[in-house]
Amino acid sequence: MHHPHQAQVFDPPAAPVLELQQLSRVHGSGATEVHALRGIDLAVHPGELVAVMGPSGSGKSTLLTLAGGLDTPTGGRVLVEGTDITTASRKQLAALRRRSIGYVFQDYNLIPALTAAENVALPLELDGTSARKARVQALAALEEMNLPQLADRFPDEMSGGQQQRVAIARALVGNRRLVLADEPTGALDSETGESVLGLLRARCDAGAAGILVTHEPRFAAWADRVVFLRDGRVVDETLRTEPDSLLSGRAGGR
Amino acid sequence: MSIRHGLLALLERGPRYGSQLRTEFESRTGSTWPLNVGQVYTTLARLERDGLVSPDGTDEAGHTLYAITEDGRTELRAWYERPVERTNPPRDELAIKLAMAIGAPGVDIRAVIQAQRAATIRAMQDYTRLKAQALTAIESGQARERDDVAWLLVLEQLIFQTEAEARWLDHSESRLVRLSVLAERGAPTAPPQAAPTAAPTTAPARPAAAPRAARSRRG
Repeated sequence: MHHPHQAQVFDPPAAPVLELQQLSRVHGSGATEVHALRGIDLAVHPGELVAVMGPSGSGKSTLLTLAGGLDTPTGGRVLVEGTDITTASRKQLAALRRRSIGYVFQDYNLIPALTAAENVALPLELDGTSARKARVQALAALEEMNLPQLADRFPDEMSGGQQQRVAIARALVGNRRLVLADEPTGALDSETGESVLGLLRARCDAGAAGILVTHEPRFAAWADRVVFLRDGRVVDETLRTEPDSLLSGRAGGR
Repeated sequence: MSIRHGLLALLERGPRYGSQLRTEFESRTGSTWPLNVGQVYTTLARLERDGLVSPDGTDEAGHTLYAITEDGRTELRAWYERPVERTNPPRDELAIKLAMAIGAPGVDIRAVIQAQRAATIRAMQDYTRLKAQALTAIESGQARERDDVAWLLVLEQLIFQTEAEARWLDHSESRLVRLSVLAERGAPTAPPQAAPTAAPTTAPARPAAAPRAARSRRG
């Protein structure tokens, strides 16, 4: 069976949605200097989900916060759809974060005083969309996550899995092109975690670029590529292969 | 023995001939454990010898059919009820390799671990992609649903196995890092020449070796 994201590999690659060039981040200085990242190069193309793995302290989360413009590198560049966000004005950066980048964190970060639909609509409203239009889009995003029944519930009236799916709806609303997920399956049971990964995968198959930071091999396996970090450097990565190379027979014929 | 019982399980659904059994075994398990027709006939001959199957005429095309006997059904029932035996852990090349790599001259065990980790995760990526296909096939509700569910379970078993391997590799690496940190802290008085790379003929190497041996006896 043809899988939607397989096409990506063999077509000439489209321009990357995210490009990290020689990215470095040093905390402190002198004797207390800590090199969180040391010259990372990474490109993520439309349709591609890249998992980042590595021991704690290897720089995984730093990479994600820099890629999302939530922190500033001490060296190198971060290009989001061709714009260097390390030299962008605050205003440009804020607009990019509202429109192009979706974030999913382990602790959901939903606003407790807002309903699910209001949480999802928030980034659109902040970006100047009318409340009515924002609600329509928010309801569509919840529908996509199979959660329309939660629209008017508050976060404390939902399970962890539901909260995380609402957080993903918020991260994806308004057709963001870059999705950054930091241990999005953290506190979830394995079935719910898998459904969260399925949503990220589906959005990338539909054309978004995604980075998934995780320490769970089973969830990293949903990615097209897995990048291994150690001590702030990329030490290895997997490349995509065709399933037929592993299991003969049935896989190819379906 | 899995092929034996696998064939009995298929024959419980009705008489079948050899290559038919092979096809059905493989579609259940997604060709994960390919069978050749020779193996199927050898196994059928043994099952017949043990009175668990018997020849059951031929079909229109002249294939010899086999049917499960009453003893065969009893054996099959007992197989389902009895947990798989674990008296001898299967030989694991990776475990043997890491065991040999500890202290092997010129071997960077972290590099060995990383090369394996990348290969293991890549296998998981492949299995996961196949699993997504199996799920799609099941959701689309096509005729072969029962085979697809069987295939899904086999794939998920492969995923869990590779996951266990990846976790063990992570654990081994951090275990080794921690132990090497301890070893360095434990020998603060050792002169720099006592490092393992020092020439073996230098005298200072010997006093450093003694406390190391003592520590390992205590541990």
